[in-house]
Amino acid sequence: MRLTCPLCGSRDRREFYYYGADTYLNRPAPDAPMAAWDDYLHLRDNPAGVTRDLWYHEQGCAQWLKVTRNTVTHEISAVELVAGPAAGGKGASE
Amino acid sequence: MRYSGLKVITEGLFGNKGWKPAWRNPAPKAEYDAIIIGGGGHGLSTAYYLAKNHGMTNIAVLEKGYLGGGNVGRNTTIVRANYFLPGNTEFYSHSLKLWEGLESELNYNVMHSQRGLINLFHSDGQRDAFARRGNAMINHGDDAVLLDRDGVREMLPYLDFEQTRFPIYGGLLHARGGSARHDAVAWGYARGADMRGVDLIQNCEVTGIDIENGKVVGVQTTRGAIKAKKVGMIAAGRSGQVAAMAGMRLPIESHVLQAFVTEGLKPVIDHVISFGMGHFYISQSDKGGLVFGGDLDFYASYAARGNLPMVEHVMEAGMTLMPMIGRAKVLRSWGGIMDMTPDGSPIIDKTHIEGLYIDCGWNYGGFKAVPASGWCMSHLMATDTTHELAKRFRLDRFATGHLLDEEGTGSQHNQH
Amino acid sequence: MRIDGKGIIDRTRPVSFRFDGREYGGYKGDTLASALLANDVRLVGRSFKYHRPRGILTAGSEEPNAMVEIHGRTNQTPNVRATVQEIFDGMDARSQNRMGTLRHDLLAVNDYVSPFLSAGFYYKTFMWPRAFWERVYEPIIRRAAGLGSLSGKHDDGSYEKAFAFCDLLVIGAGPTGLMAALVAARSGADVILAEENPHLGGRLIDDAGQIDGEPAALWVARVEAELRSLPNVRIMTRTAVTGAYDNGTFGALERVGLHKSARPNLPRECFWRIVAKRSVLAAGALERPIAFPMNDRPGIMMASAVRSYMNRYGVVPGKRVTLFANTDAARDTARQLIAAGVSVAAIIDPRADASSVEDCPVYTGAEVIDTRGRLGLREITIRQGGEEKRIETDCLAMSGGWNPTIHLTCHMNGRPQWNEELAAFVPVEGAVPGLSAAGAANGTMSTHGALAAGKAAAEAALRHLERNVAEVAVPGAEDAPYAVRATWAVEGKGRAWLDFANDVTVKDVRLAAHENYASVEHMKRYTTQGMAPDQGKNSNVGALAVLADATGRGIPETGTTTFRPPYVPVSIASMGAGGRGMGFAPQRFLTSDQASRDRGAPMVEAGLWYRPSYFPKPGETTWKEACDRETTMVRTSVGVCDVSTLGKVDIQGKDAARFLDFVYTNMFSTLGLGKVRYGLMLREDGTVLDDGTTARLGENHYLMTTTTAGAGVVMRHLDFVQQAFCADWDVRFISVTESWAQFAVAGPMARQLLAGYLGQPVELPFMGVAPVQIGDVQGRLFRISFSGEEGYEIAVPTRYGEALFRDLLARAETMGGGAYGMEALNVLRIEKGFITHAEIHGRTNAFDIGMVKMISAKKDCIGKAAAQRPGLLGPEREQLVGLRAAAPITAGAHLFRPNDKVELKNDQGYVTSVGYSPTLSAWLGMGFVVNGRARHGETIRLVDHLRGIDVLCEICDPVFFDPEGGKLRA
Repeated sequence: MRLTCPLCGSRDRREFYYYGADTYLNRPAPDAPMAAWDDYLHLRDNPAGVTRDLWYHEQGCAQWLKVTRNTVTHEISAVELVAGPAAGGKGASE
Repeated sequence: MRYSGLKVITEGLFGNKGWKPAWRNPAPKAEYDAIIIGGGGHGLSTAYYLAKNHGMTNIAVLEKGYLGGGNVGRNTTIVRANYFLPGNTEFYSHSLKLWEGLESELNYNVMHSQRGLINLFHSDGQRDAFARRGNAMINHGDDAVLLDRDGVREMLPYLDFEQTRFPIYGGLLHARGGSARHDAVAWGYARGADMRGVDLIQNCEVTGIDIENGKVVGVQTTRGAIKAKKVGMIAAGRSGQVAAMAGMRLPIESHVLQAFVTEGLKPVIDHVISFGMGHFYISQSDKGGLVFGGDLDFYASYAARGNLPMVEHVMEAGMTLMPMIGRAKVLRSWGGIMDMTPDGSPIIDKTHIEGLYIDCGWNYGGFKAVPASGWCMSHLMATDTTHELAKRFRLDRFATGHLLDEEGTGSQHNQH
Repeated sequence: MRIDGKGIIDRTRPVSFRFDGREYGGYKGDTLASALLANDVRLVGRSFKYHRPRGILTAGSEEPNAMVEIHGRTNQTPNVRATVQEIFDGMDARSQNRMGTLRHDLLAVNDYVSPFLSAGFYYKTFMWPRAFWERVYEPIIRRAAGLGSLSGKHDDGSYEKAFAFCDLLVIGAGPTGLMAALVAARSGADVILAEENPHLGGRLIDDAGQIDGEPAALWVARVEAELRSLPNVRIMTRTAVTGAYDNGTFGALERVGLHKSARPNLPRECFWRIVAKRSVLAAGALERPIAFPMNDRPGIMMASAVRSYMNRYGVVPGKRVTLFANTDAARDTARQLIAAGVSVAAIIDPRADASSVEDCPVYTGAEVIDTRGRLGLREITIRQGGEEKRIETDCLAMSGGWNPTIHLTCHMNGRPQWNEELAAFVPVEGAVPGLSAAGAANGTMSTHGALAAGKAAAEAALRHLERNVAEVAVPGAEDAPYAVRATWAVEGKGRAWLDFANDVTVKDVRLAAHENYASVEHMKRYTTQGMAPDQGKNSNVGALAVLADATGRGIPETGTTTFRPPYVPVSIASMGAGGRGMGFAPQRFLTSDQASRDRGAPMVEAGLWYRPSYFPKPGETTWKEACDRETTMVRTSVGVCDVSTLGKVDIQGKDAARFLDFVYTNMFSTLGLGKVRYGLMLREDGTVLDDGTTARLGENHYLMTTTTAGAGVVMRHLDFVQQAFCADWDVRFISVTESWAQFAVAGPMARQLLAGYLGQPVELPFMGVAPVQIGDVQGRLFRISFSGEEGYEIAVPTRYGEALFRDLLARAETMGGGAYGMEALNVLRIEKGFITHAEIHGRTNAFDIGMVKMISAKKDCIGKAAAQRPGLLGPEREQLVGLRAAAPITAGAHLFRPNDKVELKNDQGYVTSVGYSPTLSAWLGMGFVVNGRARHGETIRLVDHLRGIDVLCEICDPVFFDPEGGKLRA
């Protein structure tokens, strides 16, 4: 199994750490109701099909990646940087 | 038909023509008192105990494929009661007691074999953590012995005690731990349930759950609509898809776990051995194959197959721990879909929909739980009250923080 | 029997080997099977269940019967296929799975009671009395089961793993594969051609056919020579591709040294990970047996294998051969034998309309219905119309048609399609992304068809790769139609084997159907068909045809079981190469490692690191004596300890403080320059992730320390938080764990030691940090303490670590101090109530460890929201306490009220850490007790059944020593 890191190219799966659904990027506001935090931390669509999940190029460029992947076929259709040009500071409040 | 040695002989003498089908192939009825979605180990045992313990026989198990085709038919068959957190300890202890009587209960030889399970440890800290576990087991009346290095060497002389990367300090022996024949468990419960009148309906996929005014009223299937006021969702790795039909999201991600078996070998490993530092465990089946496995592949998957990095990691762990297995050849590798909860413990609970129940989240440890899971889930479905043994397996425990986390991986996903 | 003029063995190089102790001769290039057949040895094994005499069925890795043990000087290898293993001088092969000799196997008694051993019989018996299962029945079953034996000794053989990359992987070097490789190679693509056999050519060699009017072997040799001359081609013989995995990755097993008697510097096997942009499956097809009564005797073999033995090895496996086959192509077996001067007694063809014109008797519309010969075939009975006839024969060649070798196309859950015309399953295009099956593997059975398919597959792959395609002409070859009429099972009195290796007969499959184990998966699992070492390569299609017939369904509706990796069995040692011994995980050594070992310190694992446990002095006989002394030494003079394993993260940028405020529960933006602060880090779920100190080295420059175990996890966490939530902040950080060696200097004389060493007074306040100059080396000095004493940590670039450690020790020793190890470090921190991962074990939160006040109310931080969940707060939680006892106590013990019964429901908590405090002359512990903070002063009973400990302790504050911290701040 291989992933194509946007910075490093095609690399073996051994170089990456997996962190699950990209839900973790949508951190609720600190004062959001507990249900929002429950959603964020625990509840998952867990689709049998296309999903977006988080991988970390731990033995490479140390970038977190957002991977569009099919959980049934393991086909990978896109890999983007979490901290790509579009990323901002959402989630961390003052 | 009652199975026995005598019956095997008399049938053998007459050409094995008198055996009866192990179960019927009933057509689905229009309505049942209860429906179980999922004909795996947990679904079948729930059906069995609904009939046996609660007298509910007008029920059906709906299975989209064949009976026992999920994880009960593709696991590494370890049976143990070595959990240390209150809530788990009692449940698995009860499950082991049910295992110990399962052959006579089901009149089916599930080959439950208490060969002894040894969990190895490799540091003082791990020893103390296992001591905490072993003491919890004894406090609940189960068995545990803390072996030192020499104690392990006496039982497992073939381990590499000289140059393995993580030296063996000792092990926690759970003498009543062991293994069983996985398919037989599913078939034994299926046959027992069928004999009591339960309809086991294969090739029948549930495509919708009918809900009216917050109450479940039946299901849609590939073989038509079926009414029922009680529906149990017991779909293991596919729980997310089933629950979604009822508009629910679950605290579950489905992952792939691989396992391996070698060609048959003359007896060489007597026990079940677990090597936590290497994420490796192994036993030898009665047919002679070494049955072993390791950790999750670590990515969400419904493919029921894995990749080489974990395959090789498992083999490397085997080679550092017990290099005598090096020339055994892996015959087959396969994968199962694990319904992973954040804290690694299962869910047996009601849902927010009246009459709709759920039993899922068995992670990679569901096989040993098959008897007690059915025991508790049948109680919940029959009485609408949670069984005492399953009271910690709540669906809302992540929201409230009442976690049940044996591994210390918490209430976030993918920390296992 | 060996015949002249045929085969690709080297007859100039005789080889001598042993089988079951007897000496035999063969030639270089022989397999064990061909050499045994050349010596007229037909009996080579015993079957799994009934222990029936078995011979050689095939000429390939799919062999179900002829499995042997190969014994070396120090070890043995079980379950070796005689049909694959090449002989070498001195090879010691032994038959397996027998009790007694191969000719007189005592377990053959099973064959006589076979009526009672029908499919699944064991599920119906052995249940009474219960205790007999483990004690009586199971041990007997286990001893009888299994095949070959492991020695039980460590496998010290050499194995390797390797990666390879290519544009096109061609799997199989028969006509299809050679043609595909040739086209791709001439087009300039990087090609790997993997072939399971030692030679190229596949059935071109085995069938001795013709290409362009010449012997096919000449064409094979020319193509091979051309491919070997090209730099962009790698030919891998003796290499079986074992599995197809995601993103173009394949596993492959190379038999590197298994065919050599001496192999200096060669591994036994190499496991390859081949990454291919495209791949062509040109693995051919496997001939399938026919399930006729008593079809398992030695001497009954596949027709294609008979041709292989003749044309590869110059061996004819019988003197009077018969052929039972349902295709025209199989007739070639008889023709070739006759041409070689071998007597062919009969051709039996179940097709009534088949040709009967051959140079031997032909029986069409006929079947074999019985066989005789206990240890080898002697005679067969055939039935034609209503007539039965006995024919004397010592070798029956059979063919039930061919199954394309589709296995790899199923490894990613691809389901093959039933092709009625071929009476076989064929692969579905796209089942493995990037892989195309071609030739016989795709159901194209003629030689010409295979050559053309190989070319087409390579061209398609090249187009995908956007490469130019070199024009290669397809040579002329046989292109006869493949006329098969499905023949699965022959009715008759005796047992008819489907799965030879697991002894599954037609009756077993029918019984499974009768008992309603009617899905193909149930049938497989109930009868064990397809679960043997050949994984159903010989039996799957036949068995499911019998099942389909028994259940009244068609074959497509019945479906197949799944082929899974590996295609051929792979040794654990080859896939686990490198893992043996220390190779399993990296070893990390401190700069002080040698200095510690020089002082006799036993080194213990701390994660991947090795740290000194204690530093024994002459006269000390136990670790505890050394530990007590080192503890007292730190409390009374000065101790030195290497703490470099702690993770270190250098954090810089205008937003560094803001970032720290976000990842720690407490404030770091308020930390003064040159100051150090203890920080608590949570996971987002509120559980404690890690703790440690962070120093402010400059306005926008911090140095964080993590626990040893937490170093990697924290780095990953920091990267996530920064990239996911504050990518636009001005903050950058990097792990500098390996860049600095750091030593704790602790004790009342620590300052004196350092002042002397640095040659200047040390005036650093508690929790301060300052640069220090040690000669020309720029270091850092921290005033922090994990012991409760006045303590410093001095850090220098790693390359000076050992020198500094030796210097500090030498100086400490002149002051009555010295080195201390992990044991003393542990006692010191317990005396002081400092936590480690024994306490923050993944189930504890800030509330549990009494640090809830460290979660700042003034700001958000990771884990803050989830830490408020009701289940994580309150008196029912187990809270951190100290425990004090007069007698030895143990970590892992549980705690009970003194008058309660010791049982789970009365459990009050558990012990996480213990140590004997020489300072306080007491046993001290840390642990978690329900509502523990409200229970200081209470007596509690500590029970450790496993280690026979049952003592009363006092619950107390976890800080036993110097609770006011006067010593720290001295």
